[in-house]
Amino acid sequence: MLEADNLECVRGERRLFAGLGFKLEAGELLYLQGRNGAGKTSLLRMIIGLLPPETGEIRWKGQPIRRNGDDFRADLCYLGHLNAIKEELTPLENLLASAHLADEDLSEDDALDALEQVGLAGREDLACKYLSQGQKRRVALARLIKERRPLWVLDEPFVALDVAAVDWLAGIISGHLQRGGLAVMTTHQLVAIPAGTVRELRLS
Amino acid sequence: MFKIIFAVIGRDLKLAMRRQADIVSALFFFVIVVSLFPLGIGPEPDLLRKLAPGVLWVAALLATMLSLPRLFADDHRDGTLEQLALAPHPLGLVVTGKVIAHWLVSGLPLALIAPVLGIQFDLSSDALLVLTGAILLGTPALSGIGAIGAALTLGLRGGGVLLSLLVLPLYIPVLIFGAGAVDATVSGLGGEGHLSLLAAMTFASLGFAPWASAAALKIALE
Repeated sequence: MLEADNLECVRGERRLFAGLGFKLEAGELLYLQGRNGAGKTSLLRMIIGLLPPETGEIRWKGQPIRRNGDDFRADLCYLGHLNAIKEELTPLENLLASAHLADEDLSEDDALDALEQVGLAGREDLACKYLSQGQKRRVALARLIKERRPLWVLDEPFVALDVAAVDWLAGIISGHLQRGGLAVMTTHQLVAIPAGTVRELRLS
Repeated sequence: MFKIIFAVIGRDLKLAMRRQADIVSALFFFVIVVSLFPLGIGPEPDLLRKLAPGVLWVAALLATMLSLPRLFADDHRDGTLEQLALAPHPLGLVVTGKVIAHWLVSGLPLALIAPVLGIQFDLSSDALLVLTGAILLGTPALSGIGAIGAALTLGLRGGGVLLSLLVLPLYIPVLIFGAGAVDATVSGLGGEGHLSLLAAMTFASLGFAPWASAAALKIALE
């Protein structure tokens, strides 16, 4: 489903990696590992199409992602290290706004249900600027609960989460893999994902 | 296509309502700058009538500039811009929505308050009407052209000053025809020709500017 070959990444004057390739099928998870500055986030940004690779090509369902970007992006869910939530809006408004902007139908009941699952029940109507770092992260992650797009690209999803939330998120990702989804993620904490095939790619 | 534009406008208006200080400060800037002129020049109605169109338009350009640096910067800082760029629509449509929302919160209030300020300059009611029409027609072009500058200077240090240097020269045609429409009415020539040209500039910039801004935003996101 998702293939990459011969990718090369140059940032500034430095070449971060070259000749990199991988292949990911339905139900598989790709763990990207490497020290700080090895190019994990750059690789993720290449996969989602925001950073054009120096050489090489990324294909989704056999088609280069640069050519039919709109179709690819309709299958893609990206969660960066920034939460992409608005401090002035409430968690509920944030969730509904991000769904509308991504052209997804999310009912208010579904959104409330998702917020309850991430442990934010009772805080739906509080502006996000009053939430803690971990709670803001949970608002961002609440998107994943109703997310049915096949490719998830997650940049350090476990950062700022407590132990219970890490287990919960691992469960959500396994559920996604069991439904035949694909996921690519970077992390420094190796969290066991109970389902699906896990592949590892180490950048050095 | 319209769904995404309306979704962006709705979100940006909601955000603007939660941050009313921004709207109000640009509006007060406009009011104060315009009011300083009659106070500084003194009670000379003939001179004031002559100066009015230029003063009101220059103040409108500067007031529009005030909110431009934040047009994309807030979305860029909290990661929302990435999500907008990854939505399954062309980014130009998203920017179109943002430009319209920017006009609704920065250009429209200026047009609504301009006739009140025009009274300080002893403008006739015809001239006030044309002034309001000209600001209504011209400010969307200011938001559109400004969006290109805001996208090009996104993430640069000292981007605010650079943005003014980039955008203000491009505002000159709008200034000339906007002020010209009022001048022509005052001198009895009729401002219809100037107003049509303003409308043409607005349509051209609303059609073209979002796509140019989108291209600049993609470079800023790399």
